Amino acid sequence: MSNIRLPARIEDLERFMQFVSTCATGQGFTKERMKEIELALEEALVNIFNYAYPDEHTGEVEVRCKTDDDTGFIIEILDTGIPFDIQSLSEPDLDASILERKIGGLGIFLIREMVDEVHYRRDGDTNILTLLFNK
Amino acid sequence: MEAIMETTTRKQGNAVVVTVKGKLDAVSSPEFEKGLAELIAEGEKVFIIDFGELDYISSAGLRSILATAKKLKAKEGQLLLSTLKDVVKKVFEVSGFSSIIPIHESVESALAQI
Repeated sequence: MSNIRLPARIEDLERFMQFVSTCATGQGFTKERMKEIELALEEALVNIFNYAYPDEHTGEVEVRCKTDDDTGFIIEILDTGIPFDIQSLSEPDLDASILERKIGGLGIFLIREMVDEVHYRRDGDTNILTLLFNK
Repeated sequence: MEAIMETTTRKQGNAVVVTVKGKLDAVSSPEFEKGLAELIAEGEKVFIIDFGELDYISSAGLRSILATAKKLKAKEGQLLLSTLKDVVKKVFEVSGFSSIIPIHESVESALAQI
């Protein structure tokens, strides 16, 4: 397993992305699937950047990646912000018209669409989001 | 460092054709949306966004498209997209955006619809 730990801020998004991209390279994913992995990661991180630490800007995020021969490529995203279970959100209204359409929740929806499995757990003061991509 | 997103803009008839290259992510999308907002403020009402060279879009990019479409709708303008490929196409499809924003196979077919 390898990991990276950086401040929870948009300025560091690219460094997180590069880290996971390096982990995923050589795992046999197509270029297309690599973009989907990148997308799920961006949405999860941006959600943490925006909402996990509402009262302070000193929070951090840790991203870990590992490969399991049986299950696939796994990304774990850890933060110590407010508890947030992404699976608790309802689906966006995909049939709304252009003026009615709300953007909230769309990032989380895209995560669910791009991954093969998503799991959330709260361990002490830490949110742990696990994204699994089958190989 | 290489720019993550580049746009080129040209006027074709009464339409503005904006070609977007690279990535529309949480970092680049606000800048993209601002550029379009400036053109709308200058009085442009018809936009064709050419995504033929766009490799990636996240919900931040969708948000910028939706915000622009809403602004144009209020001014009785038009926003059309063209040439979506690969993961960009998939994101538009799964998000339901394909059914609220007109999408064309090419800039030419979008121009023909105006």
